[in-house]
Amino acid sequence: MTWIAINIPEIVSLLGHHAAIALPVIIISVMFSIPIGWVASRKRRLGRPLIAGLELLYAIPSLALFVLIPAIFGFGLRSNANILIVLVVYGVAVLVRSCAEAFDSVPADTRDAADACGFSLWRRFWAVDLPLSLPVCIAGIRVMAVSTISLVTVGSVIGIQSLGTLFTDGFQRGLMEEVVTGLVLTVAFALIVDLAIVAIGKLLTPWTRSR
Amino acid sequence: MIEFRHVTKEYEDGTVAVHNFNLVCESHETTVLVGTSGSGKTTVMRMVNRMVDPTCGQVIWDGVDVATMDAVKLRRSIGYVIQEGGLFPHWTVAENIATVLRLEETPKGKVREAVFDLMDRTGLPRTFADRYPGQLSGGQRQRVGVARALANKPLLMLMDEPFGALDPLVRRDLQNEMIRIRDEFGVTILLVTHDMSEAMRLGQKVVVMQEGGDIVQAGRPQEILERPATPFVSDLIEAARF
Amino acid sequence: MLEGAFLWLADPANWGGNAGIWARLTQHVVFTMAVVVASAVIAIPLGIAIGHTKRFHALVTLASGAARAIPTLGLLTLLALMLGIGFQAPFIALMVLAFPPLLAGAYAGVESADPVTVDAARAIGMTEWQVVKSVEIPAALPVISAGIRSTVLQVAATATLAAYTSDIGLGRFVFAGMKTNHFEETIGGAILVMALTLFLDAIFKLIRRITETSMRKREGTIAHENQA
Repeated sequence: MTWIAINIPEIVSLLGHHAAIALPVIIISVMFSIPIGWVASRKRRLGRPLIAGLELLYAIPSLALFVLIPAIFGFGLRSNANILIVLVVYGVAVLVRSCAEAFDSVPADTRDAADACGFSLWRRFWAVDLPLSLPVCIAGIRVMAVSTISLVTVGSVIGIQSLGTLFTDGFQRGLMEEVVTGLVLTVAFALIVDLAIVAIGKLLTPWTRSR
Repeated sequence: MIEFRHVTKEYEDGTVAVHNFNLVCESHETTVLVGTSGSGKTTVMRMVNRMVDPTCGQVIWDGVDVATMDAVKLRRSIGYVIQEGGLFPHWTVAENIATVLRLEETPKGKVREAVFDLMDRTGLPRTFADRYPGQLSGGQRQRVGVARALANKPLLMLMDEPFGALDPLVRRDLQNEMIRIRDEFGVTILLVTHDMSEAMRLGQKVVVMQEGGDIVQAGRPQEILERPATPFVSDLIEAARF
Repeated sequence: MLEGAFLWLADPANWGGNAGIWARLTQHVVFTMAVVVASAVIAIPLGIAIGHTKRFHALVTLASGAARAIPTLGLLTLLALMLGIGFQAPFIALMVLAFPPLLAGAYAGVESADPVTVDAARAIGMTEWQVVKSVEIPAALPVISAGIRSTVLQVAATATLAAYTSDIGLGRFVFAGMKTNHFEETIGGAILVMALTLFLDAIFKLIRRITETSMRKREGTIAHENQA
């Protein structure tokens, strides 16, 4: 416990770095995945290969992308742009299938009724398709958010500051307490974000509560 | 009055749903299309609000070819009821009924008033206004569907198997309600069903259809009962009796 | 920098020897397979048992949720501090990664068996074991094999990190290059890992295509016999 007591400001600052990477990545991934998922759900011939291709990206080791992306685009290994781009690529790769399935899950009858009531396509998206896809979408966003928070730690091996720094630093200095602190905080942070997403989801889908 | 003139619908894969279909539906009357599945009856109905566009031929509504009208505007002016009501599960009863009014940006106070009025007329207690469709019974959902279709005071209503998912007693109840609403609003109705007894009860004109949109017989219910044109029609009548 | 990486890859001197590309590649593949087999031997029977008895399914949900939240790098470094820099630490850390998807795959597969068929199997007098063997496992096979595929890819990708604590796998090039500022080696290593995972994915697709055609052929012959 002594190590923690001495290093609280350092730990808090690393947690801040971690959040400053993870939260924007989660939000940006959602913003990309929803429209891509909508298009993939509407145009299957285009959508299926698109999703399969994105999922293949997920099979590429994160460490490899952390090294390759800056080499291809020519910015610094330890720059914010690098970690943001890599993690958004993974985030979209994980989430886009759920989003497409979410839009598939909107009952055809309901969509049909909306057309028959005289919704324009744009209006139907906002008023019917998007809200009805939310329950499935949110399940996917939870998976994506948790795995993003865990992936941020990998950046520490190329020197990007996050809770993962507690792993690399603790390993090099032989401090088990430091590594355990990092593990507990990463899992706890993921849990809190997960609960927050569940709460936001409940708020956005009041009709699912009252059955 | 709705007129179908030489209407054909052929899908991209070559299946012909409807071939050279001709029919006149009088205003303020209920016309019922009855037939087995695959008879093209739903396709014919959906051509009226342009959910389906015919490959050739015309659908004329009060002298205007619907193909020349804006599909979105056309649909807002026609009431549409499907099985289970086709309600929006994420909207309350009041919001569902107000769908078209809100699309047309009717002032809020007026909408509330109109919703309560429609709930009264379709036999829905006002206390249901803030419930979600998931909290209602099948019959209640169907009433909401009808109320939603009536909201914009349409001259024309399209109904696709509107009472198909209901148990017989509730169905009977809603059918009677339908007749009352038709007489009260003077609305023209085009209804699709596979149930001959429903067609007989609700239709002022009954159109029996067979595969490919072939009209086997069309006329007043009494005429069809007394003189079925083919064995197929008498089979349908027999099946409805038992 | 990419050119440097390709030059590094093209140099035959980097391929041979005890710490060459071939050796590291073999290590990487063998290690991945060993981890997946070790996990599968426990996870798949357990998943089938849970799916069959329909008990403890909260365990499956909990395990797969928790496993996503646990950062592998953290587990790896912790285990390395406890067990030393041998291969045990990455082996256990990757098993923790591999276990939940295999468990969930087996469980979901058995769950996907048509309850009417299962009921009918019991009704004609099959024992519980016969129900599992001849109804539930065949129904579960597609889901189980999809689970194995994604687990192998995930373990192969993450095994790169094993080199952070142990002298094993293609990750060595990535870390060695970073330590000595030879980034062509780092990027070359990254390209190798990427190529390996894509290659493994292609192999799985090929296997699936072959089994699917052979199954269709078998069904075809049966249909043919029935006609005759």
